[in-house]
Amino acid sequence: MFAGEGPIFQQLAVEIAENIVAGIYPEETAVPSATDFAVFHQINPATASKGVNMLVEIGVLYKKRGVGMFVATGAREVLRTRRREEFRTQYLQPLLQEATVLDITAGELHSMIDDEKNPA
Amino acid sequence: MTDAIDIRSMSRTFGRSRALDDVTLTVPVGSICGLLGRNGAGKTTIMSILAGQDRPSSGTAKVFGENPFENESALSKISFVRDNQRYPDDYRLHHVLRIAPEFAPNWSTDVAAELVDGFRIPEKTPIKKFSRGQLSSVAIVLGLASRAPLTLLDEPYLGLDVTARALFHDVLLRDYTAHPRTVVLSTHLIEESQALFDRVVIVDRGRIRVDCDSDETSGIAFTVTGSIEAVERLSNSRTLLLSRTIGNLKSATISGIADSDFRAQARTLGATVSPTALSELVAAFGTDAREPLQTKKGAHE
Repeated sequence: MFAGEGPIFQQLAVEIAENIVAGIYPEETAVPSATDFAVFHQINPATASKGVNMLVEIGVLYKKRGVGMFVATGAREVLRTRRREEFRTQYLQPLLQEATVLDITAGELHSMIDDEKNPA
Repeated sequence: MTDAIDIRSMSRTFGRSRALDDVTLTVPVGSICGLLGRNGAGKTTIMSILAGQDRPSSGTAKVFGENPFENESALSKISFVRDNQRYPDDYRLHHVLRIAPEFAPNWSTDVAAELVDGFRIPEKTPIKKFSRGQLSSVAIVLGLASRAPLTLLDEPYLGLDVTARALFHDVLLRDYTAHPRTVVLSTHLIEESQALFDRVVIVDRGRIRVDCDSDETSGIAFTVTGSIEAVERLSNSRTLLLSRTIGNLKSATISGIADSDFRAQARTLGATVSPTALSELVAAFGTDAREPLQTKKGAHE
């Protein structure tokens, strides 16, 4: 069940996209049907279709007639590129806002990142 | 396409109290519609009229284009189990399961069997000795196995345990996809059921307050939280649905959409704008501090 912010169809699209990037749904394999997603997440079937169709619109999923929805070739790279674009707004800006509130300087942030990457 | 439900300017009065006040509402065929609102808001009265068990005092209510009252062809398309449904004293489950298909031309023995099994409904206990949750289970069996083109579920969750609620959702969605129908479901368990709905209707004091696609509920109201001074400045000249104060902090639920100007102003004043959850919206429409709550004698809820 979805409890996050934003409309449910969007949350479903994000979840499917994450699973494509994670390799749970490899390229050129079938993803579950909108009905399967609806029953699994206990959401309205029309809402589930809307979420799946969002990914069709950006070319990540495509419909094979009579078979179902498939992950397009190159879908993973398309999604990774989109997520890189969103990295700034979704992760960097909130981080900097919080840092400003706490008077953490850019220099301190740099060394924090270095510490995290190379734990002693 | 004909709407499954078409209600126009419908009122229902019981003596001097108005259970429904000029209700106009349409629900398209194939919708799963949530009917939300406080006790006594008018939800059961709407369902009773749609099921032909009651008549409007004025206005019209049509189901698939027909008036359901004393109309056999319309009634064969409707399933309605009241939350306080009574059964004959000596009835056990098998009596109900034997009679129900007589009223439901599309009755599915498989759906009934799966639900009876999953809900663990006792077969030998007289129904009058059933617990609240067991009665709700029987109502869900009747509602879903009927596969009625219009399925009215009145508070189906009362007393149901968490496993049973999940089973209900599961069977509802699976069977709905295989056999599409129109479902109207009234409930107070908003957070748990809202994802099922493609339409949301909020009723209060016999009036429709909200009627929209479930994706659009976020455009009905928003909540702003900050210092009392900031929130009062921000909510000034706007329609306030609900407000709460703790110490110097105030939170206000305001009707409409927070546009970019509003958001910028809020930021300057140190206030945060957040979406209003559907359950908060229902609570807000059910709260009216300016008018004292009236007791509605005889209102069916």
